[in-house]
Amino acid sequence: MHIFKLIFRNAFRHKLRTFLTVLGVTIAILAFGLLRTVISAWYAGVEASSATRLVSRNAVSLVFPLPLSYKDKIRQIEGVKGVSYGTWFGGIYIDEKNFFANYAMEPKTYLAMYPEIIIPSEQMAAFLRDRKGAVAGRKLVERFGWKIGDIVTLKGTIFPGNWDFVIRGIYRGRDNTVDETAFFFQWDYLNEALKKAGRSWADHAGWYLIEIKDPHIAADVSVRIDKTFKNSLAETLTETEKAFQLSFISMTEAIVIAIKLVSFVIIFIIMAVVANTMAMTARERIGEYAIFKTLGFRGFHIGGLIFGESIIITMIGAIFGIMLTFPVAKIFAHELSAFFPIFNVETKTIYMDLAASFVVAFVAGIFPTWRAANIRIADGLRRIG
Amino acid sequence: MDNALPIVEIRNLSKSYHRGSQTLPVLIDISLDIDKGEFLALMGPSGSGKTTLLNLIAGIDKADSGSIKVSGIEITSLSETELALWRASNVGFIFQFYNLIPVLTAYENVELPLLLSGLTKKERRSHVETALSVVNLTDRMDHRPGQLSGGQQQRVAIARAVVTDPTILVADEPTGDLDRKSAEEILDLMERLVHEMEKTIIMVTHDPRAAKKAHKVKHLDKGILNAYLQTDF
Repeated sequence: MHIFKLIFRNAFRHKLRTFLTVLGVTIAILAFGLLRTVISAWYAGVEASSATRLVSRNAVSLVFPLPLSYKDKIRQIEGVKGVSYGTWFGGIYIDEKNFFANYAMEPKTYLAMYPEIIIPSEQMAAFLRDRKGAVAGRKLVERFGWKIGDIVTLKGTIFPGNWDFVIRGIYRGRDNTVDETAFFFQWDYLNEALKKAGRSWADHAGWYLIEIKDPHIAADVSVRIDKTFKNSLAETLTETEKAFQLSFISMTEAIVIAIKLVSFVIIFIIMAVVANTMAMTARERIGEYAIFKTLGFRGFHIGGLIFGESIIITMIGAIFGIMLTFPVAKIFAHELSAFFPIFNVETKTIYMDLAASFVVAFVAGIFPTWRAANIRIADGLRRIG
Repeated sequence: MDNALPIVEIRNLSKSYHRGSQTLPVLIDISLDIDKGEFLALMGPSGSGKTTLLNLIAGIDKADSGSIKVSGIEITSLSETELALWRASNVGFIFQFYNLIPVLTAYENVELPLLLSGLTKKERRSHVETALSVVNLTDRMDHRPGQLSGGQQQRVAIARAVVTDPTILVADEPTGDLDRKSAEEILDLMERLVHEMEKTIIMVTHDPRAAKKAHKVKHLDKGILNAYLQTDF
């Protein structure tokens, strides 16, 4: 007889209780995995950012633009490899609930800095030829059923009016960390319209995107750029793309902390459930443990039986929970694509699921093991009969 | 029977239980010799200390004072770990309620004590099959306790007790949960273990019929071994 056989049979002695405990662990691990995935999705933009890209914006606020004349000055700064620029458009497609990121950018230089955005060459050429052309991400196109050549009208919020765009390209991400729900178009189209309307945003950019030669000089280059425009009418605030993305997340940090707390509360609750199961199990079998001790088995053998059972029950639940996380996350990704463009279950999340399960199994086994290992044999035998 | 060297030597053994500030003496100054191959029955009213004495001889309880030597080993001075190892190879247990592990088959229950012995799987199989053949249950080795009658379960328990070839067998009311016929079979089997395999058995019982199978009956009353009440058969 293999001792694992005994542990396994013990785990299924009380089938209903084991089933309910496994179900509890499954739901807890599923919920934990989904919440950790939400947190990962929150930081997806940060994770996808490049160490060689800097973002320069108006030091007062992102809602104030920077003059287009800064472009050439920035390019001349030591350590700068390339400069591009963009402006947040904030257009609405039919209804506000159809939110997606949309912005104007200088296409040649901008896309050159984002090798992770892949556009077929003929579509890229068509996009560059058409002043009203736009490129949309694969998921966005799927969401609204667009195709190449379709005219998409966005209602301007920052820049009033109805703006027509022709879908000239559909981009894909190099990997699954790239947001495929964005919509971008030529900055010149926006600028010309603003010029015609005599708006103050004409010949201004919302932000500059700067490619640097070496990620190690990011801080120095940032300081040099900001120094260049010190005491000007539009001072700059330059930071790495990662810091720029983090500045958005910091606005919603309280929500992220709350989600993290809830995820750990779930683990704590399931720990109590499994601990209760193991305590009930050990209490019922205290006589059997006394028999084992009578036969010469020692405390660590008893501990092995209890911890083994705890691990089996918890890990079965954890495996089911992990297996369910993927299809459920897929449904979440589909339903919440407007809020979480990237919603992938990361390997790190699976490791956290497994680690949490082991902690639950271990903690749940401590008290019953201590009790069973320390009971006097004579007292344990008295419980039988 | 060879009476030259007692296999169990008990001298001035005392044991008390404590309940709050109260001390309840259970065994008082017990001295007793049990010879190799002897079948000893311990009798007495409830609370007389029979099971406590049995537990002390088997090394599953600790005495307050006195000495217990089994095959020359002073077991009162052994640590918990040493006692566990000693029990595994020197004592076979037979309980009133059989105390088999319900999720294990008869074969696996008998194999259980051998898991601590370091024997190979093949060697264990040979020992288990021999033990089950002694109790005439080889045809039921794949049955779980719930699929066996009370008498059969007790026979499996006896097989488990003898499988390690222990120095002594301790039996606490081994027929207490059995009908008359099954009880007879178990007692006959225990007699066979003594006569054919020279096992030493110490049995606690209330049943005079069971006690009659023993070579010697010792009577305990309020923790004192009654020197005047001894029956030799």
